[in-house]
Amino acid sequence: MTVEFFSDPEQAVSIINNNSSIMIGGFVSAGSPSNLIMALHNTGSSNLTVMANNIGLGDKLDMLCANKQVAKVIATFAIRASGGRKSHFEEQYHKGEVELELVPQGSFAERIRAGGAGIGGFLTPTGIGTMVSENKEIINVDGNDFLLERPLQADYALIKAYKADKNGNLIYRGASKNFNEVMATAAKCVIAEVEEIVEVGTFEPSNIDTPGIFVNRVVQCNPIEIRWS
Amino acid sequence: MPDGLTRELIAMRAAKELKDGMFVNLGIGLPTLVSNFIDDLDITLQAENGILGYGNILEEDFDPDFINAGGQPVDILPGAAFFNSAQSFGMIRGGHIDVAILGGLQVAQNGDLANWFVPERGGGSIGGAMDLAVGAKKLIITMAHTTKNGESRILQECSYPLTAQKCVDLIITDLAVIKCQEGKLNLLETAPGVTVEEIISSTEANLTIDANIKEMSL
Repeated sequence: MTVEFFSDPEQAVSIINNNSSIMIGGFVSAGSPSNLIMALHNTGSSNLTVMANNIGLGDKLDMLCANKQVAKVIATFAIRASGGRKSHFEEQYHKGEVELELVPQGSFAERIRAGGAGIGGFLTPTGIGTMVSENKEIINVDGNDFLLERPLQADYALIKAYKADKNGNLIYRGASKNFNEVMATAAKCVIAEVEEIVEVGTFEPSNIDTPGIFVNRVVQCNPIEIRWS
Repeated sequence: MPDGLTRELIAMRAAKELKDGMFVNLGIGLPTLVSNFIDDLDITLQAENGILGYGNILEEDFDPDFINAGGQPVDILPGAAFFNSAQSFGMIRGGHIDVAILGGLQVAQNGDLANWFVPERGGGSIGGAMDLAVGAKKLIITMAHTTKNGESRILQECSYPLTAQKCVDLIITDLAVIKCQEGKLNLLETAPGVTVEEIISSTEANLTIDANIKEMSL
């Protein structure tokens, strides 16, 4: 399948309907596909299941909650132990308007990796003896207990890369590979926001982080700066 | 309530646990301050968001793609590496990190740790804490010895939901340095001006007193 290119983020996300599951890459400010999130906010699709590392004050993702578009969040960092101000997500969570599945960050990354790699699950020591192990199978291997964690997949992944070539090959900048690189493998339709699109052959093949086979749509836009408040 | 160490001094004491050549992960909050006290050491800092080899926290020229796990902009040192979160947690779970220094809410007699969920607030944030607690070769917890109401955070059993079982190796508080060893909490050091009796009365768990107990050197 060839990669489709867009100049308008809203056009790129216009295929996302109500009730979709969406992975959203990034770690706080690094590699956050903020233009795509704001475009999703503007299109108004609702009853969404969102999988992202963090949701909180200052995250563009919280704007989707403010707009009542989110039914469920799967995340690792959701509600801080301290701090007076609450995010829209936190207010809605306490009212029972949005569901939260909290996942250890390593298990979150590996579940996505498994989802993209055709792996049926994996065994991790993380979460044994904690609330995370509730309703999960514990498997003993050579005397050690492990939790069976299941893969995560989604209808869409919204990711942010630094540059794309016209085959959809992506490279990242700084600490922005984080969840983008694994999410790019685990969704039916992957939409990448990039700062620059270059001709085929510009990248050294050995420097490509995400091969174009994983990428469906690319939109070029200037990054929106975000910071945790 | 005795006057103990400031957050900066707790961080300074924690930094003394680090040695040349170590790979170290510093948690959000108080542990971040440890990076201010390691300039004379050859240590590689790992940030679970995908950096090996970051340096000081930067006050200006914010670049959104160069941040530590607390979202703070950091200097990237020569020889640093960037990687994705699956590889980062492979590093952590796989036992490649020598020391993790995390904040704590409660530590139990047997080394159980609770640090991700405050019942009054609900929801919680696990982040990388559960993986770091399970995977790091040595886990150091830095925290206030008691709550704002004076209740001990070092307990017979944690009342908050656990991060991981029997994972803590060393506790460094404003009052004391305590080693977790085979189900016992051994008091190694007292903060300057704090007595053993004051530490015992601020600690709900049972403490054994080390034969070589001494005052912290900072």
